Amino acid sequence: MMDFVLGHINYWLIVAVMMVGLYTLMSRSNLIKKLAGLAIFQTAVILFYVSLGKVTGGTVPIMDEKYTLYSNPLPQVLMLTAIVVGVATTALGFALVIRIKEAYDSVEESEINKMDEQD
Amino acid sequence: MSLAVNLLLLVFLLVMALAVLKTRHLFAMAMLFGLYSLLVAGLFVVLDAPDVAFTEAAVGTGISTVLMLVTLASTKSGHELVSSEKSRAAPLIICVVMGALLIYGTHDLAELGDASSAPHQEVAARYIEKGQEETGVPNLVTAVLASYRGFDTLGEVTVVLTAGIGVLMLLGNRKKLRVKELANGK
Repeated sequence: MMDFVLGHINYWLIVAVMMVGLYTLMSRSNLIKKLAGLAIFQTAVILFYVSLGKVTGGTVPIMDEKYTLYSNPLPQVLMLTAIVVGVATTALGFALVIRIKEAYDSVEESEINKMDEQD
Repeated sequence: MSLAVNLLLLVFLLVMALAVLKTRHLFAMAMLFGLYSLLVAGLFVVLDAPDVAFTEAAVGTGISTVLMLVTLASTKSGHELVSSEKSRAAPLIICVVMGALLIYGTHDLAELGDASSAPHQEVAARYIEKGQEETGVPNLVTAVLASYRGFDTLGEVTVVLTAGIGVLMLLGNRKKLRVKELANGK
């Protein structure tokens, strides 16, 4: 039981961080804060993938005669791509926020919804 | 030992994520978000992924935080409005249920660092065995990124290009429009 908890507590904590990000995204009205929540959610997923590639006693996957056991390079490569793509989408989100501010003079979702209802 | 460091960083990470959620001051939130990304970069080092840590430190901590600050400056927002308690009940239930389901799902996963688990078999084992021989690069992450999965990276560049074009189209015409509006106003 103890071994099971120690082997999985990493995943559980990452899931908790992920859900805090999702909650920020869904419950807050400020658009910039929503994007921060989205970024937290995304980093937590990336962290989860990289932790799947860890091997106990393994080393960084750079070949050297001194080592024989390496951590898995594949999740790292895939997540390297995901980080860069994630920042690209976040940048697009921020650009949209700036345009919304110009069009509605507000970055609060609740106020924007009210303005839309009045029209 | 590595697990203890790992857990300590993860607990800090959770605290930081909660701080981002709780703070009303948006500038403080941007700084806390930078700290969050830095902690993630530290965790990547503990998880034997220095290449990912570099990228996260440069792109996540650097560029994301700068983008957030630029957005804060150009929208002139300092504090967020307090949202009503009513709008928070449904998201909370969804998050708790989804979190519980995900944690239930982890029961099927191998323990952290188990070398005999499925992700470490097949293709990953081959990369480690033959990677240096076939590509001539000792860093396997680079070998896989640029050689075995070069088309993935090409796709990534396409996505970044598309996002860049999108940002330019959203914000590029703005100044011209504003100049026109001013001219019309006068």
